[in-house]
Parts: sequence; C-alpha cells; structure tokens
Amino acid sequence: MVRDPQKLHSPSVEAYDIADAPELKSEVMTLNVGPQHPSTHGVLRVVVDLSGEQILRLTPHIGYLHTGFEKNMEHRTYTQCLTYTPRMDYLHSFSHDLAYALSVEKLVGAQVPPRAQAIRVMLNELSRIASHLVFLGTGLLDFGALTPFFYAFREREAVLDLFEWVSGQRFHHNYIRIGGLKEDLPPEFLGEVKKFIAQMPARIDEYEALFRESPIFYERARGVAVIPPEAAINLSLTGGSLRASGVNYDVRKAYPYAGYETYDFDVPVLTGGDVFDRMVIRILEMRESVKIIRQAVERLEALGPGPIRDPNPQISLPPRHLLETSMEAVIYHFKLVTEGFHPALGEVYVPTESARGELGYYIVSDGGSMPYRVKVRAPSFVNLQSLPYACKGVQMADMVVVIASLDPVMGDVDR
Amino acid sequence: MNQTQQKHPRLGRLQTRLAFGAPLLAGLALAAEATPAASSSATDPLWMVGIKAFLVIFGLLTAFAYMTLIERRLLARIQVRQGPNRVGPGGLLQPLADAIKSIFKEDLVVARADKVVFVLAPMISVTFAVLTFGLIPFGPKDAFFGYDPWVIDLDVGLLYVFAVSEIAIYGIFLAGWASNSKYSLLGSLRSSASLISYELALGISLLAPVLLVGSLNLREIVEWQHQNGWLILYMLPAFAIFLLTSMAEAARTPFDLPEAEQELVGGYNTEYSSIKWALFQMAEYIHLITASALIPTLFLGGWRMPGFMEQIPLIGGLFALPYLWMFVKIALFLFFFIWVRGTLFRLRYDQLMVFSWGRLFPLALAWFLLSALVVAFKWPVAVLGWLSLLSLVVFSAYVILTAKPRPRPLPRMGAGD
Repeated sequence: MVRDPQKLHSPSVEAYDIADAPELKSEVMTLNVGPQHPSTHGVLRVVVDLSGEQILRLTPHIGYLHTGFEKNMEHRTYTQCLTYTPRMDYLHSFSHDLAYALSVEKLVGAQVPPRAQAIRVMLNELSRIASHLVFLGTGLLDFGALTPFFYAFREREAVLDLFEWVSGQRFHHNYIRIGGLKEDLPPEFLGEVKKFIAQMPARIDEYEALFRESPIFYERARGVAVIPPEAAINLSLTGGSLRASGVNYDVRKAYPYAGYETYDFDVPVLTGGDVFDRMVIRILEMRESVKIIRQAVERLEALGPGPIRDPNPQISLPPRHLLETSMEAVIYHFKLVTEGFHPALGEVYVPTESARGELGYYIVSDGGSMPYRVKVRAPSFVNLQSLPYACKGVQMADMVVVIASLDPVMGDVDR
Repeated sequence: MNQTQQKHPRLGRLQTRLAFGAPLLAGLALAAEATPAASSSATDPLWMVGIKAFLVIFGLLTAFAYMTLIERRLLARIQVRQGPNRVGPGGLLQPLADAIKSIFKEDLVVARADKVVFVLAPMISVTFAVLTFGLIPFGPKDAFFGYDPWVIDLDVGLLYVFAVSEIAIYGIFLAGWASNSKYSLLGSLRSSASLISYELALGISLLAPVLLVGSLNLREIVEWQHQNGWLILYMLPAFAIFLLTSMAEAARTPFDLPEAEQELVGGYNTEYSSIKWALFQMAEYIHLITASALIPTLFLGGWRMPGFMEQIPLIGGLFALPYLWMFVKIALFLFFFIWVRGTLFRLRYDQLMVFSWGRLFPLALAWFLLSALVVAFKWPVAVLGWLSLLSLVVFSAYVILTAKPRPRPLPRMGAGD
C-alpha cells in the first residue's frame, strides 16, 4: 500500500477514509503488531494506524515464514515434492498433500483405486476437524476465554494420534503417494475412527456450548468486521469465511474431486458475514465432516481389502516382494527412485477445498521428471488480503479476533 | 505396580487435607481460647498493632503465593488438565519455585523509560494493595490472644478502603506511562477508562448499606448484621453490583482489559520483567483477596456464622470459631473469582464502559434512592428485604424476557446443486 507522503507527514484522523471518524481531533498512533505477538497466529506482522483504540488503517506485512517451497519443488521429482507439501499448511496438511497429488495425477493420468479414494476422503476430513479445532481453540483464546482451547486440543490430540498410527507422523504425515497411498490402513484402524466419530457429535455440541450461548461472546462477535457477500467475492475470499458471508461456494460441491460427489453432506451457509458467523460456521462444518467420515468408513468396510495404489508401474513403485522375482519390477523401481516419472507437456490445476478455502496446485510440466513451475493457490494467502478491509474501523481488541476468524496459517501464506 | 501400597485415592487426599487442615484449626481454636475474660483496653498497644500489621502482610504474601497455585490447579481442573503438580507433594512448593525464578530473572529496565517512575510503579501498586486488609475484622473483640483481631479500627473504614485501593490503580497508570511503550500506554489508558466507569457504580452501590447501617466502620457493619441479619438480604442489588465492580477493580477476567494478553501482550506490564512483574501480579491477587474479604464483611455477616446456625445447640457451639467463618467466606469468593476466570470471555473496553455507565450506575443510583427513602421514612428494614426479593424477580424476568433469540443457525441445504 503506497501512502500519500502528505498524509504520512501530517497524520491526523481526517486523512483516513473512515465513515465514523471520531470528532475529536487527535493524533494517529502507528502501532506495530508482530511478527512476535501471541495473537497473530504465527509470524504475521500488521501495522495499524490507531485513533485511540479504533483502527483507521491496517497493513499486513507477510513473508516472515517464506521458505521457498515453490522454487524448491522445481528441483525435486514429482514424488519428492510431497515432502514439501504438508509443511505449508501445518494444521490441515493432508489437504496440501491431496491437492498436489490430485494435480499430478491429472497430469499423468493416474487412476486412484476406490479404496485409496475413500481413505483419502476419510483422512482429509479428519484433518479438517483437527484444523477447525485449532481454529476454535485459539480463536476463542483471542476472546480472552482460556478454557475452550484445552477442550478443543483434547479432541485434536485424538485425531493426531490416529494420524500418527496411520502414517507415523502427527503433523507432516507423508501418507499420500502419486496414484494412491503409501500403504494400507493398519488393521483395527477403522474401529478407532468409528469410536472417534461416535463421540464427536456430542463433543462438537460441547464446544458450541462453550461459546455460542455466552452473551459476552455474542456482544463481541456479532456485527464485528462484517464482510458483505459482494466484497467477499471481490476479495477472492474462499472457504468458511466466504460461506459465513452468505456465498454458497464449496469446491467439494462445485468441482468435486476425490469422489466427494458420491458422499452425502451439506454445505453450511450463514449470512451474517461477521466474526460470529465465521466462528460458528466451523462448528457446522465439523458436523458435516463427521457425516462424511462416517460414510467413508462404511464404504471402506463394504469395499474390503484392495489395491491402494495405481497399478501402473510407471507411476507407482512395484510391490516389494516382486523385486526378488521380477527383473522388470527392478528396472521400474530403479527408474522411479533415481529419476521419477515423466509427465507429458502441459499445465494442470485442480481446485480442492481445504479447511481454509480453495486450495490448488498449478503445475507446469516441461516433460521432465521435475515440475517446471509450481504455483500454490494458498487459501490463507488470499483470505488474508481481506484483513485490511475487515479491520477498518474496528477496535484494537477486535483486531486479533478478526485475524483469528479469517483463520490464516502463516506457513500457508508465506510458503 | 505394587498392589499392597495402593490406597483409596480419595482417602489419601482426605488424609493429606486433614494433615494440613487440623493444625490450622487447632491453632485457630487455641487463639480463640486464649482470650482472657477481662480485657478492657479500647485500643491495642502500638507494638501489638505492629505485630498484627506484620502478620497481615506476611499472611497476604503467603496467601498470594498459594493463591497462584490454587488458581492454577483449579483452572486446570476446569480445563481438563493437571496443573502444576511436580514441585513438592501435589505441587505445594510451586509458589516457592515461582518466587525464586522471578527473583533471579534478569531485571530489565527499558532504555527510554522514565526510570524513577518505572521502578516506583510496581511498588505503588503493591503497597496500596496491602494497606486495606488491616481493617477487616476477623473475630469479636479480644479474639486475638487477648487483643483485637484487626490491625486498626477506623470509624471511616470504608472510605479509607476505597481511597487506598484507588491509589493502587496509579501503579498501573504510571507503569503504562513510564514504560514508554505503545502497548503499555494502551493498557494503562484502558485501565483509566475502566476505572472511571466502574468506580462510580462501586462507590454508589456501597452508599445504600452505609446509609442503612449508619456507619462506615467495618466492625460496626458486622455488628449491625449480627443484630438485623445479613445485609445481602436487604441489599441484594448493591451486593450484585459490588461483586461485579470488585472483579473490575481487581482486573479479573471478564474485565481484565488493562492487561489483555491476547491483544496488548500484557498491557501495562508488557515491559516489566523479573520481580517487578511479580509485584504487579502480587498486587492483583492481593486486590482479589481483599475483595473476597470485603464482600463477606459488608454483605455476608463478616466473621460470624449464619445466624440460624447459632440457634442449633451443638453446631452453634462447635463451629463458633471466630476466624473459621471468615476464612471460609474468603475462600468461597476466591473460588468464585477463579471459576469466573475459567468460564467467561473478556469484554471490550467500550463494552465495559457501556455496561458500567449504562447498566450498573443507574441501577446503583436507583437502589440507593430507594433505600434512602426507606431510611428517611423510618420504615422497617424488612421493606428493603422485600424490595430485594422484588428486584431479584424483576431482574430474572428481565433476563428471561429480553434474552436475545439465538436460535441454532440452520444451514442452507443442497449446496452446489
């Protein structure tokens, strides 16, 4: 944001375009918040111009977590890139794995077996629940409520345990492979998932009870930082924040992927567009996720054991036992490990719905074994640009709440 | 695991509690028994006042230390976790560890701070926080080994309490100003903004009981309650307002805006470290303890047990220990404050101002006028009791009738079709 130097040197409230600018002539205080600040959810830095405690202008400064993942991916084979993807959005890391894999699979024309599809959907929704729980816990912490945080993290712990069991990792579970999955689910895993989703609806009610009926929460969140639907569309807002503004857009319904079109679930849409609705809509989305997981578990049980990877030997590694008997398998194995596969020339983009919004990997292939260019359409990055709009005119105390309600993950923003 | 050594956990806990509680009770009983029959001195000798003042400060500081532990354990219990339980048995030495840690941490003074005021501010805070507790009567006359169980008996007691506890807010102002930091400045501005809003309601809410009792002396207020019944029965609205504003005065959770950790990173104490920071914490907790002692003294019969229990022969005799009831009541309110902290959200500072000026202040004023009428026309006190009951009914009806309809939001179905 380029500032008018005239305004810069004579900061008075009149210089700002605020509808209800205070009548009192006062000096504007410029306050730097972050990058080390307990409530900016990572290393977001915002510079706010304050009149008293009213925010006249807010400028986000990003890039403190920039790690150059996209550039690095140009020098790794398509399979190796999967190491980078979960590290971007560390709260819903499965979504990045999935989005990347879907793009590459479209590029090479891989066929993902139905069992792997169902497992992907199940784990993606589990991960979404974990992400929404972190959102709720830390978001309500910004309202000054200490307790919901611990309750939310109790259930998140259960999800992380499930992921640790299935992939060996709690955060960066590198479980997806191009064309399928790393390996099949451990035995008895589905039973544990069933136990989890059996208790989850009651727990979601509990989280809702922890804040929705509180009059203080209502007063603080209702009508704060309203983003009307037109503005939300113009700001490219996606995900729960967009649906809280009354726009019915969910990639899982609009452009179904990974078999989401075969699951029965609803997309909650609220019309307030304020902090209150942005908090509540995540609760509603968790309920829908539980519904999807239940169906995925039923489907997996009906499917029974089966392949979890595209059998095409040019894409996925041959089964281990074949290496001792088949020369062909050894050759494929060698080629895949040393060089990777070579997709055809082309560009591909597959939108997906992450916990934060529309997420997609735009991949350009030059026919080599490494992507020519990878560009991530990261929902946190795009959603964050509505922060100056949403924060204009709100109180300083509400700023942290608005940041929390937009749910940015700085790894996802800076990449 | 050794099966033979397993005890019933609740039994074990009970034993621990008895082990700590029994000597305390015995000491209290001894203190009460040691009361000589005839002690007619109107005031205690100066050396005795000195000893008692020392005891109060010593007691308050210990209470502060253990209050942090109790608060952390209770909050942990509310928040499905364990809380500090590693240092000493059941975490009992945790306050000691905290104290050692905060003393030995590096004591930073901000380079561009106003150094004198910067150092002075936490001292002001804690000094004036300690000063009020000495007025609170803990038992009948001569209950403290033949001397009075209060440090000083002031006829303008209540006035003094408010004067002193308001000066303590200066610590926060000055800290925010002297730190030369924008966060601290915002914090101290918030505390001044909230001070002028809740203070008026706080003061006026107490005018009504003072008018009824006809004395500002805390001891006489307790005596009046012994004669006529607890003031909460006659002064329910005043009690409610005073409870809320006490929370604001101690800057506790629904009103902890001056130090809002989430947006102001500690507010006025952002730039403080080491023992200076601990002093602010100390002041906050001592305010809390004082408030928890003041509320029962003013509204819940002070150190006396509930009147109807005195009539029951056995219980009336057994539990007539003077200090016991005071401690029970203090503990009750401390628990209440911790409970609130574990439950509620923080108000925004403009909301606190609207709440104080728009709700509490008119309520306090109206109640004061009503009770002034009752006193002026010399109507029986029972009228105020009925009025209290009526106000409770009206308040409940108001809450029920004006409750904002917050229906479960119904998602629009069939998205994407």
